Amino acid sequence: MNRFAVFFCVVAVVGGAVTLAALNLNTALGSPWHVPPYVVSLVGKYLCYAILALAVDLVWGFGGILSLGHAAFFALGGYAMGMYLMRQIAGRGVYGNPVLPDFMVFLNWKELPWYWHGFDNPIFAGLMVVAVPGLLALVFGWLAFRSRVSGVYLSIITQALTYALLLAFFRNDMGFGGNNGLTDFKDILSYPLQADATRAGLLVVTASVLAFSLMLAYAIVASRFGKVLIAVRDAESRTRFLGYRPENYKLFVWVVSAIMAGIGGALYVPQVGIINPSEFSPANSIEAVIWVAVGGRGTLVGAVLGAVLVSGGKTWLTGALPEIWLFALGALFILVTLFLPAGIIGAFRRAPAPLPAPEPAE
Amino acid sequence: MTFFRCLLVLLVMFVAPPAPAQDDPFAGLASGNFDDVSAAIAALALSGNPQAAATIGALQTDALFAGPEAAVYIRTDDGWVDARTGQKAEGVNEDDLNPVRVNNAVRRAIDAALGSLNLFSSSATVRAKAAEDVFRSRDPAALPALARAIAKENDAGVRSVMVQARAAARLADPASSDTDKLEDIAVIRARGDIEALGLLSSLHDQPAEVATAAAAAIASIKRSEQLWSVAQSVFYGLSLGSVLLLAAAGLAITFGVMGVINMAHGEMVMLGAYTTFVVQETIGAHAPALSGWSLPIAVPLAFLVSGAVGIAIERGLIRFLYGRPLETLLATWGLSLVLQQAVRSLFGASNREVSTPAWMSGAAQWGGLTITWNRLTIIIFAVMVVAALMAALRYTALGLRMRAVTQNRRMAAAMGIRTPWIDALTFGLGSGVAGMAGVALSQIDNVSPNLGQGYIIDSFMVVVFGGVGNLWGTVVSAFTLGIVNKFLEPVAGAVLGKILVLVLLILFIQRRPRGLFPLKGRAVEA
Amino acid sequence: MTRPHEDTLLYLDNVTVSFDGFRALNALSLVMERGEMRAVIGPNGAGKTTMMDVITGKTRPDEGAVIFGRDTDLTRLDEPAIAALGIGRKFQKPTVFEPLTVWDNFLLALAGDRRPQFTLWARETEAESDRIEAFLATTRLGDLRHRRAGDLSHGQKQWLEIGMLLAQDPQLLLVDEPVAGMTDAETAQTAELLREINRSHSVVVVEHDMDFVRALGVKVTVLHEGSVLSEGSIDHVGADPKVIEVYLGR
Repeated sequence: MNRFAVFFCVVAVVGGAVTLAALNLNTALGSPWHVPPYVVSLVGKYLCYAILALAVDLVWGFGGILSLGHAAFFALGGYAMGMYLMRQIAGRGVYGNPVLPDFMVFLNWKELPWYWHGFDNPIFAGLMVVAVPGLLALVFGWLAFRSRVSGVYLSIITQALTYALLLAFFRNDMGFGGNNGLTDFKDILSYPLQADATRAGLLVVTASVLAFSLMLAYAIVASRFGKVLIAVRDAESRTRFLGYRPENYKLFVWVVSAIMAGIGGALYVPQVGIINPSEFSPANSIEAVIWVAVGGRGTLVGAVLGAVLVSGGKTWLTGALPEIWLFALGALFILVTLFLPAGIIGAFRRAPAPLPAPEPAE
Repeated sequence: MTFFRCLLVLLVMFVAPPAPAQDDPFAGLASGNFDDVSAAIAALALSGNPQAAATIGALQTDALFAGPEAAVYIRTDDGWVDARTGQKAEGVNEDDLNPVRVNNAVRRAIDAALGSLNLFSSSATVRAKAAEDVFRSRDPAALPALARAIAKENDAGVRSVMVQARAAARLADPASSDTDKLEDIAVIRARGDIEALGLLSSLHDQPAEVATAAAAAIASIKRSEQLWSVAQSVFYGLSLGSVLLLAAAGLAITFGVMGVINMAHGEMVMLGAYTTFVVQETIGAHAPALSGWSLPIAVPLAFLVSGAVGIAIERGLIRFLYGRPLETLLATWGLSLVLQQAVRSLFGASNREVSTPAWMSGAAQWGGLTITWNRLTIIIFAVMVVAALMAALRYTALGLRMRAVTQNRRMAAAMGIRTPWIDALTFGLGSGVAGMAGVALSQIDNVSPNLGQGYIIDSFMVVVFGGVGNLWGTVVSAFTLGIVNKFLEPVAGAVLGKILVLVLLILFIQRRPRGLFPLKGRAVEA
Repeated sequence: MTRPHEDTLLYLDNVTVSFDGFRALNALSLVMERGEMRAVIGPNGAGKTTMMDVITGKTRPDEGAVIFGRDTDLTRLDEPAIAALGIGRKFQKPTVFEPLTVWDNFLLALAGDRRPQFTLWARETEAESDRIEAFLATTRLGDLRHRRAGDLSHGQKQWLEIGMLLAQDPQLLLVDEPVAGMTDAETAQTAELLREINRSHSVVVVEHDMDFVRALGVKVTVLHEGSVLSEGSIDHVGADPKVIEVYLGR
């Protein structure tokens, strides 16, 4: 991970997205240069995954916190965005209710639950995209890091967290559409979601957010804070005896990462057109971890690369050989951990990647 | 209407009604008048006439016909039968016969009469059932029959049901005396089930004294019902706890003792369940006589299958990752995906049917407690598995070596123990126990490739809650979590209850990261 | 045993720690003067490392108090708070931040603001660079400043860690087996380094190597089964029949 790689990645992501968007909008349908709209949405989706991967790498690669529940933050951000998009439908739903989303009419609800208020305002919704995952991470992290829950224990309770949220969001009376989630969105900030221009715009916005997140993450890990964080990752108790409070360092990076994941989720929902509880499933979180592992843990750029490569591979394989996908994903987990522990980026480095030594006296 | 009918019946029996019905109830049946028919049915039922049951039964199926001169015939598949004698009737001219018609009132009289007839059946079960029917119908019309039946009854159990039935009927009868009613309420209070509660709650227009007694009885029944429902919740909790224990016992070895994070643990359980399926299919195809034994046969096989897969996993994957718990977690998760897909490719994605053997079906009722045999079997099985596991660790040579290796690997190696093999066997043991859990879970869960996924988080929670490396802790933790879960369910609903338990557990782990029963010492302090 | 007074830096009063019934420390009492260097020796399991753990806040004692300076009870504080008071610790096994450079290791150890809101924006100052240069010189690691700490030899790591301790500028240094696994030459250099450090800091050294302890030439405390068995010069404790019995057996 160095300045050059980050710079290159930022340029590639933003440049690539702008090019795709331009080719989609400014070429004729039959032209060999034409990029079909579904590719625009697909790439937009990958870039959202890349934001999630970046968030995972920030905590795992640099803080040593293996989160098996980051998809929860992603999904919460997504739900906040989904609620805004639902309110935007206003009256154009199947039941034509001016305020209530269709699923509430269907459940025979008479009025909007209190926590749905305000989501018709894009600024409020945007605030919630940041605040909900951030607050959950703050509370969870404060409890976990202060009581020094770490390593595998932390991983398992993050998984339990997302599992509990999965169960909760499946419930109809939670007021988030239950099993079906939120869907049938019409427009975002008054731009129709089905329009090519809106999709191209979302792609460029996503790419910019990803680029910004990458630069932010780089700034964090390259600062003195980042050095302390790496020190905490590899020798937590040593940093304590030096007078640092590892829990505060972990908590900060954990909350930043959760917010990043939440924003990724918020950008994801308008591009795929649906958010439902399955986004909370533990498997999603673990898949995000494998993106990072494939690309190279603790390299930031590797997380972006891994997310795009693995989810691209998934799209191709589930289309071509659906039976094979889980075999391939499972094998990927095993092979990467056994033979490529530093990931793709790590394999190209001269010096071996800084794998954490186990804490003394395991 | 009911009141009129009661009055009528009473009239029929005690106030010396007009002659024909009493002398010869059969003539009443032939009268063509609905009221007379009803009265005749009641009289016939009480008469003790051996033909009564057959005649009233025929009436119920519209097979009773009236002929000239009050003759009554039953139509059977073999021809006509004289209702009075039960003998075959010759030379009956069908044109002279009219069916005995019934209306609603008659139909009720038939039901009541058949009920009271059954009170005198030779079978105790039928008598008890008849009394129970009266208890439900609370029909005062049955009182006379009940009185005679109680007097004749020798079986104490049946008799008490009859007394309860009489109590129910008397309470519904405005003519009963208060003294009787108070006695009846005591009887019904003693019965104390949901029916008794329903009966007492439906009482109205009763004298003050009776109403008070009824209210007291209701309170008492409700209290005892609460106790029973607590007992029932405890049973369900034990049942859930035993499932958790089975799922977690293997993990207590692989994770608790060895410290290996095996995310494919659930798939070991799943393999055990599929082994059960294969055993059942094989026995069904080749040795149907053994079909009741398929579960006991599947237990050791599941242990071997999952154990062998476990050893293969340890040798092929996990041993390269010792000391790297997070990598182990990821690699075994990958493995779990592969195993799931492999099973899906082999057996299909849909659920497989594993049948429950006869000796595990059904339930026992004990007071207000329903105990299903399959749940009870699983509780016992779980306890046996854990006991066997503890015994194996404590008393066998392998167990001794396992403990030696986990406590001090280098020392054990220095003493000539082949630690890599002990690692493999320990992991195999944990996986094998998971396989046995799969046999039990095939009885209560869908046997599908995803079976194991539902248990992995719960299992880890159980082991962590109980304290890593402590089998007793796992036992206590499994049953505690099971019972807490079942007590939360009625309050919060099943899903919310589960979420609450998860949240409580997350908070608990943060308070006490080493679980309920932490191991202490310098080693864990480091 | 001396009683605590004005110049006392550290006073362990009747400290008991038990793990599962095993008493790692058994009513241990110990007094350290300001500016003193003390060697603590004792057989395996005597409680040396547990004593360090109690002083640095890693282990809470079941009973007793640990008073630092005039009246600070260390048993109520956690590790970072104790470190902030000015107690530094070097582990038995050298633990430095392996992926970071030698320079960065010193940078993180330098006394200063430890809060994330500071380190997030912190820029390296001239004064910090100067101090790091000084420590690089003291520990003879100047040529390796840009190497990853993980690439250093065992002895170099030991020195780096001692240097990091100095960079913390603590009042009291706890040094656990500093010469384990060192060559004779390195051992002699380490003794020299510790004596130099002792000019401006109080030091507790836990060590097995008797020659090294003799070379230090300081007051020695012998621990046995969690209590003080004997205290005094190395010749005094070496002549103590109780010590001889414990070390040599009957």
